[in-house]
Amino acid sequence: MSAVLSLTDLQFAWPQQPLLLDIPQFELQRGERLFLKGPSGSGKTTLLGLLGGIQLPQQGQLTLHGTALSQLKPAARDHFRADHIGYIFQQFNLLPFLDVLGNVLLPCRFSQRRAARAVERHGSLENAAAHLLNHLGLPSELHARRADALSIGQQQRVAAARALIGSPELIIADEPTSALDYDSREGFIRLLFNECEEAGASLMFVSHDQSLAPLFDRVVDLQQLNRVSRPQEV
Amino acid sequence: MYLLRLAFASLANRRFTAQLTVFAIALSATLLLAVERVRVEARMSFANTISGTDLIVGARSGSVNLLLYSVFRIGNATNNIRWSSYEHFANHPQVKWAIPLSLGDSHRGYRVLGTSAAYFEHYQYGRKQPLELATGRAFGEDLFEVVLGAEVASKLGYTLGDEITLAHGVATVSLQKHDDKPFTVVGVLKPTATPVDRTVHISLAGMEALHIDWQNGMPAYGNAKISAEQARQMDLQPKAITAMLLGLNSRIASFRVQREVNDYSGEPLLAILPGVALQELWSLMGTAEKALFVVSLFVVLTGLIGMLTAILTSLNERRREMAILRSVGARPWHVGVLLVLESLLLTVLGLVLGLALLYLGLLIAREPLLSLYGIYLPLNAPTPYELSLLGGILLAALVISVVPAWRAYRQSLSDGLSIRV
Repeated sequence: MSAVLSLTDLQFAWPQQPLLLDIPQFELQRGERLFLKGPSGSGKTTLLGLLGGIQLPQQGQLTLHGTALSQLKPAARDHFRADHIGYIFQQFNLLPFLDVLGNVLLPCRFSQRRAARAVERHGSLENAAAHLLNHLGLPSELHARRADALSIGQQQRVAAARALIGSPELIIADEPTSALDYDSREGFIRLLFNECEEAGASLMFVSHDQSLAPLFDRVVDLQQLNRVSRPQEV
Repeated sequence: MYLLRLAFASLANRRFTAQLTVFAIALSATLLLAVERVRVEARMSFANTISGTDLIVGARSGSVNLLLYSVFRIGNATNNIRWSSYEHFANHPQVKWAIPLSLGDSHRGYRVLGTSAAYFEHYQYGRKQPLELATGRAFGEDLFEVVLGAEVASKLGYTLGDEITLAHGVATVSLQKHDDKPFTVVGVLKPTATPVDRTVHISLAGMEALHIDWQNGMPAYGNAKISAEQARQMDLQPKAITAMLLGLNSRIASFRVQREVNDYSGEPLLAILPGVALQELWSLMGTAEKALFVVSLFVVLTGLIGMLTAILTSLNERRREMAILRSVGARPWHVGVLLVLESLLLTVLGLVLGLALLYLGLLIAREPLLSLYGIYLPLNAPTPYELSLLGGILLAALVISVVPAWRAYRQSLSDGLSIRV
């Protein structure tokens, strides 16, 4: 198994603030489904920023798909992120004024690589989006609806389709189930697993909700990963 | 191209504010264009008040003053010129034609002009258009005949054959009326959109007959009165006129004849070139005209600042939108360009609506403007000048849009992918 993502001796602090993250070693394998546990305030958001190349570590290496992010210029990092990472956020992460299909296709507008891969696999962008949406349980009659006309659960499935289109190597899901009721959480995660498998993507699932952890290949606690020990915030 | 569609969809989502912004820009553009169109047309019709005349000659005073009373029928002459002087220059070898003008009386606020048949033959306005009669004929058969300008006839409701009484002096409320010598309407001129429309034309002899029994500026009483019938039998050669218009054989002679008039030893006279004097007069009014232009420019600026405010206000509540775009791969400059496109879209829509409003307004206001103020507004396509004004507005919008674009760019750099509510 080769690593999609690897962190070595990574250190990060916000300007004029004490060290926040100090991660000696961390790897995510191709196709792996990882549950990253982290309560709020544990540096979770900052870590996601680092993975996306929004912030750069002061120390250490962050390699994504074989490329060291810190060696890229900001514009190239943006490009690289668009090509290789799909994001799913908590909720309201669709553009309300676009229809469902328009939202799913957004990454293909900004990443030629993902657009090309989607076309390659499904013939056309629309087919690729429709295929993903149908697999995630959104029937065709919903595809032309405005995104904000859907229920929260449906919106999250649209967001998942958007993250998966064009088969990026890494899917980062940041608390994607927190707005869903308990029964639909597991269903959503299973759908997500299936699609990640089909696309050959690794999944990094970030949540504080431990009840979901047993479903994953591996569970990592950010507080144990991080050498900076911090007093537990309330 | 996709960004443009995105900008449009985002605007459509904020339809209400977007519509208001578009409307504000439209109104300001309409105002600017309307002011400009009226300004250009007013200047044009002003410059077209008189044409074909090479020299205007009057008693020595200022050139603007002479122009005002001889062409615009505003104000009064400081002095008359002798009939002998008129004859001297009318018979000058370089002079092709001469029109005598005699002013001083009025009819219900409209000036009375005493002149000769040459007036109807040689007087020109606009692009060398001669005067034309709408109905009737020029005066000439009888002493007490009058030809009315178009506005006089339509405002006062006169038709051919009506009898009117002229008043002494030019006050609207005249105490002394020439009611012993009524005039008959024999002709009405077609509209010219010049002061001719507001003029009552009679013959010089008729003008003379009105005042033949006057002494020391007062009408005669009792036996000294001369009736209209008696006047018809008398020699009515005027002794003086107010001004004259000269047409020369060649325009090149203008300066020479002008100098000759100004150096005339018989009496102090002044000759002016109408074009030069018109320009001089227009430059006097130019300040007001420029002020109007500046005011409408500020209205446009207000419209654009309104747009800036609307977009800046929306930025904060659209942080989520920006973060989502960033998470799907949009670069910060994409976000900036998105906002520039948004401003341009609003402005273009505003300008298109503004043009539509302008033409709607022109359709409605054309007739009243022409009949009330004599300003003719053509319903033509936007002139290159007007298009350049619209282009200027668009350019200003582009410059202004840099502000929200820069802010959104900075914002999306610092926010990154984190979505804040």
